[in-house]
Amino acid sequence: MRKRLLWAAAGIGLLLLLSGCAPEATQDTLQPQGPYAEKLKDLFIPVFWVAVFVFIVVEGGIVWIAIRYRHRKGRERIPAQVHGNTRLEIGWTIAPALILAGVMVPTVATIWDLARKPPDDAINVTVRGLQWWWDFEYTDDDMRTSYGDGASIRAADVLVIPEDRVIYLSLEGAGGGIGGDAEARDYMVIHSFWIPELAGKQDVVPGRTNHILMQADHPGMYEGQCAEFCGLQHGRMLVRVRALAAEDWEAWVENQKQASVAPTGLAREGMDLFLEPLSDGRGSCVTCHAVGGTDATAPAGPDLTHFADPTHECFAGCNWETSDRDALEAWLRNPDAVKLGSKMPDYHLSEDEIDALVAYLYSLK
Amino acid sequence: MATVTTTARREGILRRPMAMTGVRSWFTTIDHKKIGILYGATAFVFFVVGGVEALLIRTQLAGPDGTLLNADQYNEVFTMHGITMIFLFVMPMAAAFFNYFIPLMIGARDVAFPRLNAYSYWVFLFGGLFLYSSFFLGGAPNCGWFCYAPNSIFDPTIGPTFYALGLIITGIASTAGAVNLAVTVINMRAPGMSLFRVPVFVWMGLVVQLLLVFSLPIITVALFQLLFDRQFGTHFFDPTAGGDPILWQHLFWLFGHPEVYVLILPAFGIFSEVLPVFSRKPLFGYQFVVFSGIAIGFIGFGVWAHHMFAAGLGPVANTAFGVSTAIIAVPTGVKIFNWMGTIYRGDIRPTSAMLFTLGGIMMFVIGGLSGVTHSIVPSDYQQTDTYYIVAHFHYVIFGGGVFAFFSAMFYWWPKVFGRLLNERLGVIEFVLMTIGFNLTFGPMHILGLQGMIRRTYTYPESLGLTFWNQAATVGAFLIAISVLLFIVNVVISHSKAKPADVADPWDARTLEWMTTSPPPVHNFDEIPTVHALDEFWHRKYVEDERTGRLVPAQAGAANGHDADHADGWQAIHLPSPSYWPLVAALGMPVIAYGVLYSWWWLVGVGFATALIGFYGWAMEPSVSEEDG
Amino acid sequence: MADVAIAHGEGHAADHPETTTGLPHTKLAMWIFLASECMLFGALITTYVLYRGRSEEGPFPADVFDIPYTSVSSFVLLASSLTMVLALSAAQERDTGRMRLWLLTTALLGTTFVGGQVYEFTAFYDEGLRLSTNLFSTTFYVLTGFHGVHVTVGVLMLLSLVGLSSARRLPADPSFPIEMVGLYWHFVDIVWIVIFTVVYLVPTPTPGG
Ligand code: HEA
Ligand code: HEA
Ligand code: HEC
Ligand code: CUA
Ligand SMILES: [Cu+2]
Repeated sequence: MRKRLLWAAAGIGLLLLLSGCAPEATQDTLQPQGPYAEKLKDLFIPVFWVAVFVFIVVEGGIVWIAIRYRHRKGRERIPAQVHGNTRLEIGWTIAPALILAGVMVPTVATIWDLARKPPDDAINVTVRGLQWWWDFEYTDDDMRTSYGDGASIRAADVLVIPEDRVIYLSLEGAGGGIGGDAEARDYMVIHSFWIPELAGKQDVVPGRTNHILMQADHPGMYEGQCAEFCGLQHGRMLVRVRALAAEDWEAWVENQKQASVAPTGLAREGMDLFLEPLSDGRGSCVTCHAVGGTDATAPAGPDLTHFADPTHECFAGCNWETSDRDALEAWLRNPDAVKLGSKMPDYHLSEDEIDALVAYLYSLK
Repeated sequence: MATVTTTARREGILRRPMAMTGVRSWFTTIDHKKIGILYGATAFVFFVVGGVEALLIRTQLAGPDGTLLNADQYNEVFTMHGITMIFLFVMPMAAAFFNYFIPLMIGARDVAFPRLNAYSYWVFLFGGLFLYSSFFLGGAPNCGWFCYAPNSIFDPTIGPTFYALGLIITGIASTAGAVNLAVTVINMRAPGMSLFRVPVFVWMGLVVQLLLVFSLPIITVALFQLLFDRQFGTHFFDPTAGGDPILWQHLFWLFGHPEVYVLILPAFGIFSEVLPVFSRKPLFGYQFVVFSGIAIGFIGFGVWAHHMFAAGLGPVANTAFGVSTAIIAVPTGVKIFNWMGTIYRGDIRPTSAMLFTLGGIMMFVIGGLSGVTHSIVPSDYQQTDTYYIVAHFHYVIFGGGVFAFFSAMFYWWPKVFGRLLNERLGVIEFVLMTIGFNLTFGPMHILGLQGMIRRTYTYPESLGLTFWNQAATVGAFLIAISVLLFIVNVVISHSKAKPADVADPWDARTLEWMTTSPPPVHNFDEIPTVHALDEFWHRKYVEDERTGRLVPAQAGAANGHDADHADGWQAIHLPSPSYWPLVAALGMPVIAYGVLYSWWWLVGVGFATALIGFYGWAMEPSVSEEDG
Repeated sequence: MADVAIAHGEGHAADHPETTTGLPHTKLAMWIFLASECMLFGALITTYVLYRGRSEEGPFPADVFDIPYTSVSSFVLLASSLTMVLALSAAQERDTGRMRLWLLTTALLGTTFVGGQVYEFTAFYDEGLRLSTNLFSTTFYVLTGFHGVHVTVGVLMLLSLVGLSSARRLPADPSFPIEMVGLYWHFVDIVWIVIFTVVYLVPTPTPGG
């Protein structure tokens, strides 16, 4: 009776597992959207069925034995005293070994397959994990900006890629703000970059460079998260990948190469606030942030050059939509209040200052 | 009864304690049975504390954007949950059973070093209290139970320092205990008890102690390095000075993986004791079960980097460690199949102990199989650091380990306390716990595959993870109820009058059941001579060599305390109680607080305390001269 | 550990039944403990080797090491193993006076070694090699420091033996506790041979030559 209950519970558990690919899940490893994630799923599924097979044999066997040979009231029975059976035991040592050997063949093949060098036309992006947001730098030669000294395009939070192209990510441990501000030692920790529907995760380890190959089959938005515990706000270090159709990609790159355009009106006031030191010695945005085409070039915070570009959908570790004006205001009002421990300090901005800054930020298309 | 003399006399600064009963005796006891009970009770308290932390976690995650805890509190809670469950619950609970039963099962009067045993316990207790004091002293460890560098060296809070010091302390306790128990098994077996007549539980105990002896020093070194990085500005894991963060991971997991077998082998031992008793058949293939246990321990040292598949060690390392990890499934499978062989055609009595064992094996297999899917390296690129892993290790540790502990409680409770636990309540507890357990951790497989990362204090609604999280939370509270039922069971059983005779309620097989329940201080009036595996059983029953049928042996032969030797105990000299282990142990947390706050005078005080303790201990004869 | 060793030595052998293996508990425990210590030093030495030559700034090993000096102090430590053996043989012959003498000599040699190490550390410090200077200083001080602490503990145990012996608190045949302390002492010596070779004798590449 009780065993049957258990059995039922286990059965339900299995069913639940199978129905696991619920459609609303947006980081589902079982719904890969590109060839690299596909390989992982194609490896997992057969292994999963092998496990189900072993599960049924073993659990079924235990339940069957437990019921079949249960003690019955009032019947004193002393079973035959069997001490073992060497041949049988050798058998069930070898059988699992064979199964595992079978499973390991495609496993090893896939490990090496994924470790291959990227094709020549792959797009190279350097990914840096910071506390607690992601920074992307497009390092190919044709991805240089047209302003300043022609540095590579940088973007935060959203990694924009073309569809159907191999992307070769180089994961670099970042520290001390990008560029090495020794004061900011505490930035340098391990993160792990993960877009479940496009590729498996790899850790971002200070002092090493790891790589990920990824590719998206269709234009679209793919969500991900930092997967390695990296301190206080590890839980809110989200990231997105936006895959664009070929022509949209061209346009995006073209736009990214341009410097920001000096705005007018309220936004112009915001720009001044942004570029000049704030009153009363409260500090200055430009000690951390860069805006292309201005004097702001600091690498410690997200690059804001194209903050309001439609592809930059979310900000501050992708916790809020960029279009959400209230959220942006709340962020500027006191980052710590909405994201405890954020490395961006509270500047005690007045509401007027916030309005101006928001107007400026929204002008950065 | 063999109560040893109670007169006290002056000895140095502290009066030599003589009492074997009463509250004070618990502080001075060096009786392995009492120490076992202390270990067990302490570990259980920590289990409830860790469980309450788990309930906090689950409540926080019951819905998206939970607000019960903020990020900081959540990180402290899940870290302390992991540390508590592993270092302050499972390990000491295993130590409790090993302490109590290894001497009894091998026919010894005590462990090899009774005072060292007491020392281990006190150091463990102080280590646990030290760790928990962090909540009141500015912040508990918040870096996860493996506290990866460099996050742990740059973290501005005091938490990781507590972590390093606390684990060094509990590590000292475990090392001392491990040496002690290993010597006990190797060196104190009753006459005739060759290594292949030792119960499997004892074998697993030996393997566990050796695993500890070889793995703990590695994490000790890592912890010192972490501590020095934080307190003295060294650069072991500091990437800004060329230090390699991966070194911490290697050292930690070189300890950490053997550690998970430290957590599960006691359970395997318990399963191997309970199954034969309640199916009235000998263990199927004793040799295979023992050797596979040794193999697991051995291979366990060669798989550590499977926790680092995503760290970028390269395809060669990933291949090697993937394969070696998969190999571990083979000896584990051998055990499972042998257990099935044991119950096959048995006379299976569904007592609480047996149900927890059967259920435990079944739950463990689920966890083991998900473990094998982690060893499929590329799959693990998706699984690692998600709730799929959380599901895996709760299935093996809780499903295997904790179920085994409950099984052992029901099985051995009458031996330890002379009272049976209520079977009906036990069965209800089992059913409830099984349902709650599967409801809690089953859905975590799905959550993980759907991309829920672990160690996140919140998740946005848009990820579609809400439903299964709610299910898991409900399950966790069901588990809590089942644990409460166990506590109720204990209270009820102990509020009733003591039953007359529970010397051998299960018709058991091993030596511990040959003495009274609870056993006398000296365990056995006369040390039994062992002629076979399952000695006690063979004294009760004679097996027909040819047919394998059993016939009860002549009456009286089974009696461990036969009339001829009734006075035998009078010649027994047991070591006397002592304060010194407690004093010596007290030095540890004092030193730790000193280091924590850089109060060097306090460090000095701590060392002095420990030294005084050790000298007092060394100078005091192990048996008081007025004794006997 | 040695305190335990003394406390549970053969002093009460009469009370105890034969052990299963025939070895005294304490000896077995000491061997297991030393095996554990091997892993401890193994991890420390591995760390040192992994970080060898990876310091980003000086002083580098070649800048500070004084090999002849350390060779001499290593020799002193090795010699103490010999005197330890002599102490044990004196104990076995129940020659208490000679035993105490050799124990004291051993302790003295050990102290000389530790003193030499302290001097060496101070000299390095003066040359600008602080604990936190670079990877070399980090790994060097911690590795040799751990070893130095072990030697110090050994010296304490030796002195305790002498003290116990003078207070007539050692068993009539004192060879057992002395053998146990000796095991520890020889172990610490052997570890030093490895450390000395790895740290001092194998040359470390410095950046840029
Ligand atoms: C009790 C503790 C315990 C036990 C026994 C195990 C057992 C196993 N574990 Fe687990 N593991 C943990 C505790 C444990 N683990 C913990 C705590 C973590 C997470 C640490 C952290 O990150 O916090 C972890 C993480 C972990 C990882 C890292 C995942 C990651 O972070 O990416 C891996 C990877 O390979 C792994 C694998 C295995 C394997 C292969 C086994 C095997 O030993 C299982 C063998 C058993 C079986 C396979 C079932 C029975 C066998 C048969 C019925 C035979 C037939 C079977 C086949 C043919 C397949 N475990
Ligand atoms: C032995 C090991 C063990 C055990 C038994 C458990 C038991 C439980 N664990 Fe465990 N868990 C770990 C070891 C263990 N865990 C480890 C190592 C980690 C990783 C930590 C890390 O990432 O660093 C972890 C992480 C972990 C997480 C992931 C946290 C995260 O990554 O963010 C979760 C989430 O649900 C969880 C849940 C639970 C639950 C619900 C239980 C339940 O089964 C607990 C049931 C017990 C009780 C409920 C106690 C009974 C309580 C009472 C009787 C009290 C009733 C009184 C009142 C209500 C006042 N655990
Ligand atoms: C000390 C460094 C620092 C200063 C000064 C600073 N910021 Fe930031 N800023 C950061 C960091 C770090 C983040 C990312 C925080 C996170 O996601 O947790 C950030 C994020 C942001 C974002 C979201 C960007 C994105 O794309 O995710 C905006 C907008 C922003 N800051 C605006 C400002 C403004 C306006 C000022 C001046 C009033 C300012 N910052 C001053 C460090 C700074
Ligand atoms: Cu970054 Cu977690
Ligand atoms: Cu492991």
